[in-house]
Amino acid sequence: MKRLNGVHVPHKKYTAIMTPVHLPTPDLVIIPMSMHIGAPAKPVIKAGDHVKAGQLLAEAVGFVSSPVYSSVSGTVIKLDEMRMSNGQKVPAVIIETDDLQTVDENIHPPVIESKEDFLKAVRDSGVVGLGGAGFPAAVKLTVKEDARVDYLLVNGAECEPYITSDTRTMLDNSDLVMQAAELVRKYLNIPKVVFGIEENKPECIEVFRRLCEEKENMSVCSMPALYPQGGEKVLIYNITGREVPEGKLPLDVGCIVMNCTSLAAIAKYVNTGMPLIEKCVTVDGSAVRYPQNVITPIGTPVKDLFTFCGGFRSEARKMLYGGPMMGIALSDPDLPVLKSTNAVLAFDEKDSILPEPTACIRCGTCVSHCPMRLAPLEIERAFQLKKPEILEKQKVNLCMECGCCAYGCPAKRPLVQVMKLSKSMLREYQNRKKQEQEKLAAKEAEK
Amino acid sequence: MSNYIVSASPHIRDRVTSQRIMLDVIIALVPALIAAITVFGLRAALVVFVCVATCVLAEFIWQKLMKKTVSVGDLTAVVTGILLAYNLPVNIPLWQAMVGAVVAIIVVKQLFGGVGKNFANPAITARIVMFLAFSVSMTNFVSVDGVSSATPLALITAGRIEELPSLTNMLLGVRGGCLGETSVIALVIGGVYLICRKVITWHTPVVYLATVFVFTLLLGQQPVYQVMSGGLMLGAIFMATDYVTTPYTAIGKVIFGLGAGILTVIIRVYGSYAEGVSYSILLMNILTPYINRIRVRLPVGGARA
Repeated sequence: MKRLNGVHVPHKKYTAIMTPVHLPTPDLVIIPMSMHIGAPAKPVIKAGDHVKAGQLLAEAVGFVSSPVYSSVSGTVIKLDEMRMSNGQKVPAVIIETDDLQTVDENIHPPVIESKEDFLKAVRDSGVVGLGGAGFPAAVKLTVKEDARVDYLLVNGAECEPYITSDTRTMLDNSDLVMQAAELVRKYLNIPKVVFGIEENKPECIEVFRRLCEEKENMSVCSMPALYPQGGEKVLIYNITGREVPEGKLPLDVGCIVMNCTSLAAIAKYVNTGMPLIEKCVTVDGSAVRYPQNVITPIGTPVKDLFTFCGGFRSEARKMLYGGPMMGIALSDPDLPVLKSTNAVLAFDEKDSILPEPTACIRCGTCVSHCPMRLAPLEIERAFQLKKPEILEKQKVNLCMECGCCAYGCPAKRPLVQVMKLSKSMLREYQNRKKQEQEKLAAKEAEK
Repeated sequence: MSNYIVSASPHIRDRVTSQRIMLDVIIALVPALIAAITVFGLRAALVVFVCVATCVLAEFIWQKLMKKTVSVGDLTAVVTGILLAYNLPVNIPLWQAMVGAVVAIIVVKQLFGGVGKNFANPAITARIVMFLAFSVSMTNFVSVDGVSSATPLALITAGRIEELPSLTNMLLGVRGGCLGETSVIALVIGGVYLICRKVITWHTPVVYLATVFVFTLLLGQQPVYQVMSGGLMLGAIFMATDYVTTPYTAIGKVIFGLGAGILTVIIRVYGSYAEGVSYSILLMNILTPYINRIRVRLPVGGARA
């Protein structure tokens, strides 16, 4: 079967062989109420309250939302607003830890006897898309009765350089991943489960091949080590051959995609009742002295992780949430580890400064690299000429900002930035067009 | 406020640069330069030097005067200079070569916005301008011994088949013609190098050459000589693969090669000129924006939207 395009990025999975270590309880955690797509959770505690690990801090508001739990035991200092890495201001709970990590005594495994019980458990677990998207897992699994789901695709591609936290989940918690995959399969009545793992992780493939041996409806798909295999649409196409149409969801083509770490977190809640309060985070990058995987309470300031990993070997000039292809640069080392944080990276001067862009030579490398078969060079030109109608024709909204175009560009054009700006230019244009049409329709109605 | 660098993803980039690509093209053109000096003498090197120097200088002065960023370091002007020189007879007066170089850089490239913005290949367009302006010196071809001689294409057109050089001489480049176009072996070595370095793909050169071969075969026009004569090898490998002025999709490259091949044969066989490579590539340059719109495979998820 023909697979989608991509780029060969350096793997740099140095930490893959290291068993994750636990971070000592930090002095302070900052837990944002919005670590998911949807409405921010509503705090149920107040300043001065004593909280225990696993205790509910904030409840989900509405359907597309997710509850937030305390990752430590300690005292709530204050409820404050904080600025996230994307510039948004969100409410956050700041807790001073007591270093005891007393576990909430109300924690006990949920009773699951039906699909409704299971979905409630997923919702209560606080699990969101841990691959980075942060979409509430329970919402993803709430499927209309008449919808046909053919595949549960477990995303173990982990195609970003450096990051190995999913690899560790697949090796250390393979039983949890299997258990949750089986639960989802059972309660949603899905005929096929496929584990998509990049071939640069042969030991993970091996483990899941063995686990799948006796299950006729489960299999492993060894995917090429070609970034971005872990992109949802790429994963779906390369495993099932199905294309997710513009503006549609995987469910519209009969697929549910779940990250392997999300599944493990759901299974943990089902078994113990302990919600998602800690994450395995890869700490790496050229500035970090001792790169390793660290099991971290959610809300831990990023700088604590670097300190724990021996500090910096050279001055850190750039810090990232996530991998170098799609990761977000941090302006502030006090920003906390979120539910969906799978890595924090720090780079020295040499790796932080991007090369200066030169004129586009129209070589077409971006076109041949784009997994979505877009033409980034035409989109950039349309953006420069301020032609939103061409952006629409060139399907800029299909872009998932994976960065293949910019990575391969010999002229070092900042193409992802252009894609983001082009999308908002197109959005404005479409809104304007809609308003004009509405005005016209209103006038017609008056007549 | 911290002093951390914040930038849009991706935070890593591939090593390849535009400059490195142009350097590869220059390296690929070296075998043909060696062949030219061997066949036509040291004056070939002088013509190449004058063209390159004029191109680089013209670009530098223009960008200074226009208060633009000087970009001669990207080596594109060097490539244009070499290609223009390769398209000239070895005895071209140097001032004429300089006029050609200025036309290529200023008129064809910079007036349209500089590198990446020109729609026509600068070297080819300048050659055509020179061909019309200096027709006598542009068709004054000499053979190895310095005596004026007809090119193989002129011989085919005139029906003097028996006077054609041997195939060995055609491969080595021992024949009348422009200084960089004669040695088939040297040009093919350069082409293979570019394909191995992934600077170009096989599509355009192979389709272009195959089209000329098939059509001249059908018309009974000495297909083997046709493919090796004139500027076809140079054009197919180095000019029809120019990034800026030719399609960037695989299907586009095939269409470009096919179109240029058909036009070349038509001009060579039915036109009043013996040679047609420059005109066909220029004509296809003009069609390139339209060819780029042809897509075999639509964006993923774009078809049913």
